[in-house]
Amino acid sequence: MSERIKVLKTYKIFIGGKFPRTESGRYYQTKNNGIPIANICLSSRKDIKNAVAAARKAFSGWSTRTAFNRSQILYRIAEMLETRKSQFLEELVLQGWTNKNAELEIHKTIDRIIYFAGWADKINQVFGSVNPVATSHFNFTMLEPMGVVGLITNEETPLLGIASCIIPSIVSGNTVVVLASEKAPLSALTFAEVISNSDVPPGVVNILSGNKKELSPHIYSHMDVNAIGDFSDLTNDEIKLTAVENLKRIRSFEASDISNDNFDSPYVIKDFMEAKTTWHPIESGFANSNSY
Amino acid sequence: MNSNIQPLEFNGDWNLSPSLESTDHIDLKDKYGLFINGAFLKPLSNKYFSTINPSNENQISLIAEAGSDDINLAVKSAKDAYENVWSKMPAKERSKYIYRIARLIQEKAKELAVVETLDGGKPIRESRDVDVPLAAAHFFYYAGWADKLDYAFPNRNPKSIGVVGQIIPWNFPLMMAAWKIAPALATGNTVVLKPAESTSLTALKLAEIIQQADLPPGVVNIVTGAGSTGELIVNHNDVKKIAFTGSTSVGKSIMKSIAGTSKKSTMELGGKAANIVFDDAPLDQAVEGVVNGIYFNQGHVCCAGSRLLVQESINEIFIRKLRDRIQSLILGNPLDKNTDIGAVNSKSQLDTINKYIDIGKNEGAEIFQLNCTIPDKGFWCPPTLFTNVSQSHVIAQEEIFGPVLAIQTFRTIDEAITKANNTPYGLSAGVWTDKGSKVFNLTSKLNAGVIWANTYNKFDPTSPFGGYKESGHGREGGLHGLEAYLNLE
Repeated sequence: MSERIKVLKTYKIFIGGKFPRTESGRYYQTKNNGIPIANICLSSRKDIKNAVAAARKAFSGWSTRTAFNRSQILYRIAEMLETRKSQFLEELVLQGWTNKNAELEIHKTIDRIIYFAGWADKINQVFGSVNPVATSHFNFTMLEPMGVVGLITNEETPLLGIASCIIPSIVSGNTVVVLASEKAPLSALTFAEVISNSDVPPGVVNILSGNKKELSPHIYSHMDVNAIGDFSDLTNDEIKLTAVENLKRIRSFEASDISNDNFDSPYVIKDFMEAKTTWHPIESGFANSNSY
Repeated sequence: MNSNIQPLEFNGDWNLSPSLESTDHIDLKDKYGLFINGAFLKPLSNKYFSTINPSNENQISLIAEAGSDDINLAVKSAKDAYENVWSKMPAKERSKYIYRIARLIQEKAKELAVVETLDGGKPIRESRDVDVPLAAAHFFYYAGWADKLDYAFPNRNPKSIGVVGQIIPWNFPLMMAAWKIAPALATGNTVVLKPAESTSLTALKLAEIIQQADLPPGVVNIVTGAGSTGELIVNHNDVKKIAFTGSTSVGKSIMKSIAGTSKKSTMELGGKAANIVFDDAPLDQAVEGVVNGIYFNQGHVCCAGSRLLVQESINEIFIRKLRDRIQSLILGNPLDKNTDIGAVNSKSQLDTINKYIDIGKNEGAEIFQLNCTIPDKGFWCPPTLFTNVSQSHVIAQEEIFGPVLAIQTFRTIDEAITKANNTPYGLSAGVWTDKGSKVFNLTSKLNAGVIWANTYNKFDPTSPFGGYKESGHGREGGLHGLEAYLNLE
């Protein structure tokens, strides 16, 4: 009997909970040692627009979920990843990783997701405050998500990188648009399938593949993106200038930060949150106020 | 509705006897140099400009205009003081210096209040009861943090940054200087601060206090001048952090000039806050809150409640109460303790406000103003409100920074939230309702850094202040205000 013909997987991008091809119809080949592995979507500016629109639409629902619920959903992502370890291992090896390094990266990714999942219902206990103002008011400060966060991942750790971008941002209620590793995009695009199967609402996470140099300026200049997390070491000052137009919050990381154990920290979550302070008088004194 | 209610009678004698604050005890020089390395120096630029009293246009003093040689000198003295003295001093000792400044501000409170009112035009009641006490309180609060920073940031080792450049606006001159200098010193940094050109005097009085407190030379340097002086500070290589309070457009240009550098920044920029009044609100308190929200300090407040959203069912009665209340406000000599509305800070700001009032009229909104006598000299704008304003009107979108209120109505909570959030700004918002669950529904959905519920325009050194979106980034005040002046490696 002849050998069975393998069914090759078509890798697609992830927008609004769906897996479309890029609207541009363009693609590039990802290779290992010169041997083509797969055809990958070369996403366009229009894809970014669609992804940001999907992220904006998802924001109000995701940010008003209870912290406990977001925590559970993030934990679910880790569970799903654990059960699909072999697929991620295979893909990393296909992209040139050794078995050992691939396994290390997968384990680190799962553990990191669990670490951050636990912060969802604790971040405001550690970083919020009740402020003892000198007047008769109850005054407190809570952290809130910023909104839509644009993320540009590193190249070196395609799975750990994409997860390390996404998880600290969405744990607090942000929604995200992420540019995947360009030379090893398979892990990010398969990670999208894990997200899709983990009760993460459509649009909370949007993942695009393509040419980072071409795409990242469009994320920086998009007027409906509230913050940027950049792990790419790619972005020059000229691109950063465009983010000033709507005063985006820019967080620049070193690509190597991702492999560092210190990355497991609530300060990364806090980087993508705003502090809101609320005042209310303590005494009522409102009796008969409407008599005229 | 309520058509049988008698309107208030304003034709009677509402005049109060003048109650002028004395200016005898004020010690002002004819000419001020730059406060660099602990001494007042003649500017190397050899340039001076005059500062005037906006309520009578009389010159008060000549103020030095710092040029690039002056800024180089100021930054160098701040850098030397940082490296040789301030960063090496035990935090407990640093703390005691800051406490000294707080105490001296309290001792000289009356003089500072009068100078603030003379130079800026704000009513003496406000400078006496708000600006000066809050400035002292800010130094007290942050003085106590200096030796407790390890408790503020769990699992981090906070480190000072170095020389910080601080540029402050003309609306709360002394208070803004305190908001900037106090946390910077507590966290172990040294300072080059530039007050706004129209209101340098209280910052220079603060420099005298700092001298009296015997703060080591160079730890705080106060350099005066206009925008070009500010640019020199922003672009100086040895300035490691910029703290700016002012307009969004200037904030953006500062962000552009430091993009790509390693300079840290905090930006407290403009606002167009919505004050939302529901039909179940205690209306008289809400009227007071709305009046305080927009007419406090002649509306020269970045977090002013410059948009009023009134629930449709109470619109008629609420606007009437509001007009009646406005008609009882007293506009006049800022030194008079009865004055509610002082002078507009400068001619150019008055021109800006009048431009927006003309736009409002031309757009078809209906205007109402306090009917009062406007003094012959000085810059004045009576409290103004516009009804029949729609979301697309310029006066509902752009920051005016004057006593001009744009009023819109709404029917449902969702409509109120959508209208309130429909702005690129996000500094503050106000909510008036007697229902607790509604308060928290609103306060959690409004996109702004400070939310006042059943109150407005309250400030406190323990309370973080700062904006979302194009109102800037970073917080000042409270524990959160420390972070902007520290590296948390």
